[in-house]
Amino acid sequence: MDMYFTKEHEWVKIKEGTAAVGITEYAAHQLGDVTFVELPQAGKTVKQFDTLAGIESVKAASDIYAPVSGKVTEVNEALNDRPEIVNEAPEDAGWIAWIEMADTAELAQLMNREQYDEYVRGLE
Amino acid sequence: MSRAGYCPTTPEEERQMLDAIGVTSIDDLFRPIAPGLRAKSFDLPDGMSEFEMLRTFQELAAKNAQHLVTFVGGGYYDHLIPTVVDHLTGRAEFYTAYTPYQPECAQGTLQALFEYQTAICRLTGLDVANASLYDGGTALAEAALMALRVTGRRRLVIDGAVNPFHREIVRTYLANLDVELLEIPPKLGLEDDARLRAAIDGSVAAVLVQNPNFFGSVSDFRRLADEIHAAGGLLVVSTYPVSLGLVATPGEMGADIAVGDGQSLGNPLSFGGPSFGLIASRKEFIRNLPGRIIGETVDRHGERGFVLTLQAREQHIKRHKATSNICSNQSLCALRGLIFLSSLGRQGFAELARLNYDKAEYAKQALGRLSGVEVMNGGATFNEFTVCLPKDAAEVVAGLLRKGVAAGVPLGSYYPDMGHCLVVTVTEKRTREEIDTFVRQLEGALCN
Repeated sequence: MDMYFTKEHEWVKIKEGTAAVGITEYAAHQLGDVTFVELPQAGKTVKQFDTLAGIESVKAASDIYAPVSGKVTEVNEALNDRPEIVNEAPEDAGWIAWIEMADTAELAQLMNREQYDEYVRGLE
Repeated sequence: MSRAGYCPTTPEEERQMLDAIGVTSIDDLFRPIAPGLRAKSFDLPDGMSEFEMLRTFQELAAKNAQHLVTFVGGGYYDHLIPTVVDHLTGRAEFYTAYTPYQPECAQGTLQALFEYQTAICRLTGLDVANASLYDGGTALAEAALMALRVTGRRRLVIDGAVNPFHREIVRTYLANLDVELLEIPPKLGLEDDARLRAAIDGSVAAVLVQNPNFFGSVSDFRRLADEIHAAGGLLVVSTYPVSLGLVATPGEMGADIAVGDGQSLGNPLSFGGPSFGLIASRKEFIRNLPGRIIGETVDRHGERGFVLTLQAREQHIKRHKATSNICSNQSLCALRGLIFLSSLGRQGFAELARLNYDKAEYAKQALGRLSGVEVMNGGATFNEFTVCLPKDAAEVVAGLLRKGVAAGVPLGSYYPDMGHCLVVTVTEKRTREEIDTFVRQLEGALCN
């Protein structure tokens, strides 16, 4: 699966026109222990880089932005009971939502793995 | 040495401080403020000795009417406060602590608040309660905001029979938000909720009601709850805590959020405050409850401990994303509420409610028998009720004040077409003799 990244540390994996969204390992590490994920409602329409969800850790509350525009088709309900999954597997089981993409051309606005790693190195 | 007990610095100390920051006089500090905007004088009297000051304030206090037999309610109530409430609340461990910013150092305060939350849940019949808000009015406004957040809708319906002060606070909270507040005027004697149910549609975030309402009427809001739920909105019930010893709880009626003013639980009447606001909700809304929530946990040794579990408020991690601007609570007043409830116990609290009900029923019937006096409530009331008099109610109240009786809350100021109406409140503190005297005095006032 193709994987892309945002400057706000979201990742997106594309599968047949639908995108899984989560936060990167770097973001999860920076946040510390995640205590709550405010999931979006399935069916909600989002625009690229608008607020998709909220995330709270023991030391911060942050917005999670939509890497792509589209309709939220599914959210990770498991995070309601176990938000710590985001820390345990941020780029896998800690996914936040699936978005049915409205415009695949938006992916050009995102970074690939190498570009993102380089970006993160620049932050440290 | 200080110049006087209340002047903390000597001229020498002031000089040293001014020298340190490089100015010659205190006036220099105010120089950036344009001369025309500076206060010419604070018009403060000269200093007094402690004895003179006490006498001055005693003389001022003596201008108030004292030792009134009060039948005034309308939000604040003259209830008996067991001595244990003052005694325990006055303990230094509770009395001097402001707020547990270092929770691990304030286990006693946290445990007390945890127990308080438990008591409020039991009282309201709901799942979760916070550690208190400022008062009943702000609690209602916070509940309104909560309903907007939970539903994502922008319309609210509020019953005109909700305490007018609380409605004003709700209006103030919502004034600069893009929210429509629909107020449904009350009809005295028509205590059914058809007026409210007719206002419900799929755009309404919540219906805000009060039980018993400002006129003293007790309603059954179960049908209203069903209909607002069917429309995808919430039911917010503002409640008078003492009534819950007898009346069905907001939880039993299907309310999603319950609020109320805690003054009636062990807090004295004191020019309207301080008091505390209680708020409780269904568990699924816990993340949207304003303020702080104390939780119970165990430490690494398995010892029971208490922590600020949910404190996602503006002073902490949420900052501008906080659900509310409320950043404190009314710990000490809430503690009084907890001690009050604990000292009465479940049975004692039910008896207290019963006494309030029975005494008010006695007064209601006696007043209702007076010529020209009409009891306006259609159905059940708790410890207050509304009578319509053949004269202006405010004038009658003023007349009876001179006889040592505070007869109630005249409604003309709040409901312009109800100038002849009076809300009369009877708590457990009123004796039969006092009630009988009041009835005779009111009869006399109406004859003159």
